[in-house]
Amino acid sequence: MSSPDPERDSLQDVLLDLARPTTELRSETGPYFGDFGGRFLPEALVPALDELIEVYEKAIIDPEFTVELRRLATEYTGRPSLLSEAPRFSKLAGGARILLKREDLNHTGSHKINNVLGQALLTKRMGKTRLIAETGAGQHGVATATAAALFGLDCTIYMGGEDTERQALNVARMRLLGAEVVPVQQGSRTLKDAINEAFRDWVANVETTHYLLGTVAGPHPFPAMVRDFHRIIGEEARAQTLERVGRLPDAVVACVGGGSNAMGIFHAFLDDTDPVVRLVGCEAGGDGIASGRHSATLNGGSAGVLHGARSFVMQDEDGQTVESHSISAGLDYPSVGPEHAWLADIGRAEYRVVEDGPAMDAFALLSMTEGIMPAIESAHALAGALQLGRELGEDAVILVSLSGRGDKDVDTASTWFGLVGEEPARADLSVLRAAARETSAETAAPTHEESR
Amino acid sequence: MTTADTDRLRADEVLDRARSENRAALIGYLPVGYPDLGRSIEAARILIDHGADMIELGLPYSDPVMDGAVIQQAASAALAGGTRTRHVLEAVEALSGRGAAIMVMSYWNPLLAYGPDSFARDLAAAGGAGAITPDLIPDEGADWIAASEEHGVDRVFLVAPSSPRDRLEHVASHTRGFVYAASTMGVTGTRASVSAATESLVERTRAAGAKNVCVGLGVSNGEQAAQVGAYADGVIVGSAFVRALIENEGADAAARAALAAVADDLRAGVERARTET
Repeated sequence: MSSPDPERDSLQDVLLDLARPTTELRSETGPYFGDFGGRFLPEALVPALDELIEVYEKAIIDPEFTVELRRLATEYTGRPSLLSEAPRFSKLAGGARILLKREDLNHTGSHKINNVLGQALLTKRMGKTRLIAETGAGQHGVATATAAALFGLDCTIYMGGEDTERQALNVARMRLLGAEVVPVQQGSRTLKDAINEAFRDWVANVETTHYLLGTVAGPHPFPAMVRDFHRIIGEEARAQTLERVGRLPDAVVACVGGGSNAMGIFHAFLDDTDPVVRLVGCEAGGDGIASGRHSATLNGGSAGVLHGARSFVMQDEDGQTVESHSISAGLDYPSVGPEHAWLADIGRAEYRVVEDGPAMDAFALLSMTEGIMPAIESAHALAGALQLGRELGEDAVILVSLSGRGDKDVDTASTWFGLVGEEPARADLSVLRAAARETSAETAAPTHEESR
Repeated sequence: MTTADTDRLRADEVLDRARSENRAALIGYLPVGYPDLGRSIEAARILIDHGADMIELGLPYSDPVMDGAVIQQAASAALAGGTRTRHVLEAVEALSGRGAAIMVMSYWNPLLAYGPDSFARDLAAAGGAGAITPDLIPDEGADWIAASEEHGVDRVFLVAPSSPRDRLEHVASHTRGFVYAASTMGVTGTRASVSAATESLVERTRAAGAKNVCVGLGVSNGEQAAQVGAYADGVIVGSAFVRALIENEGADAAARAALAAVADDLRAGVERARTET
């Protein structure tokens, strides 16, 4: 069925064939990625994880499953997602050619739907009737609530109390979709505490309930399985870039909190090592690593166990989790997927720190130069691309994962730039507007040909 | 008082002692550092004085996925009050040599951060019997198994009603001391009744090779202790003690009296369990 040479496949052939044989680094399926991964969780959940592994492994070699997943991808999600040129934004990146993989155009507004539909299908196969999920920015919660509505499943979403405040719009969306949203008031009241609460629910209700974990973290099989449902991002983008540019990109850039969109887009390029396609993850630097108020786990954390996997964790010397901080709720997580820890360890991927300020600048700059408002999560990747473009110069081609759209972040951005209310602005929008205006100087009309 | 080393009681010693008295052992859980270090040690002494054969000292952790609201509240207060891993070892040392086996209950990451080998060594030196690790399954426990063997401390893994035969055998064969049988699918906390399925879980765990099986989660009073004590080797109680502390916060004498009353009731329960019929 599948040809061994991915470069010769058409876009349709690479779509969602999860059983497809893969090359060296791409063939890792867990439970361990080097020293990372595993299953560090209560014995009570082992049977549920074993069942999930079994159902998943059967599903990916079942043509019916692949057909159904493909149908949902094309008819519901809207795949393949576009690959957009960003000519004015590229000027700000030292002239490097920036290509945007438009996961923001998926149904529900982010990449999260890819994983959610896959796991919801598995939930049906397991005969379970209820989904639970954690959410940070609300994107995964919205996607899960959407899948629950689509498949007729009950749905409870756990969300940190602080996040329900800064992402109030998404709370309303989830409730309108029929889900119950539970604000979690324990601990730091953010994503990690929502995950704790979801695990507690799961232990108590595992017979009827599937925990639809939303990132490439957690116990095996979640890191490998969630990545596989997102592999389509990179597989499409790789084929689209080859078709558009005639060669592979010099670098692929994505934001990394738990790391699902990054693993999804990196995976297709893992074995593109000669010449190397650089894989650049952008962690949320918050107020800066030195301030301690950040979420840059791979840059500022150390090896440890959290939420079922051995990975990198932000922790004190006693192994107590340290609270993470980021303006982006979706990146505000004190651990990271184990496959990222491994890719960092072996040097295949590099992980940079993008602080709140540069991320918010990139948020505004993409909006003003391209008319595309990114999620603040994705804006971290865009800031990384601006920096990388200036390093690589105008011959470079940089593929950026635009993992989500920014509608949900308008409140946060308005406060940041002082557009509403009493709080003083953290940044001056007029400076950015001037920078954006300069890019239009003698721009040839952009050729927004889209490969679909 | 002799040194910790010569006095150190292992879990199976106190379970055998209870067995020779034709009863289940009473095992009490308290988080170290709540309401503060000194008073948490004092609370554990009260439990021992009122009939606890074994103490589980909880190492407060930032992300306790197996704990319900009561223990979460106490553990986060303990952490906010500055409780450190070394305080847990101090508490072990202060409580050993009083006729009860002293176990530490800890999520895995704090032990990983301390170093599994160092922790086993220091735990034994402090007079501790061993450790219960609720989020570590034997499959991931090679370092801990090696360290606990090396330093002669018990390692307690858990089973649950969901555990199939092969998992029960796996856990039983890697456990030293006793197997911790979770009475219910859920987190710690008091419950109105203990599931009837618990007895069959204990039987299945014994059939899978475990000598000692102690039951925890949801037991909070003498009546439940009598029920569970009829078939289990030990009855583990946590939230009922912690609740006694929380409800009497700031009133030390009342807290001591409440702890003693809960312990007396539970001890009477395990003593009558096998004589009633």
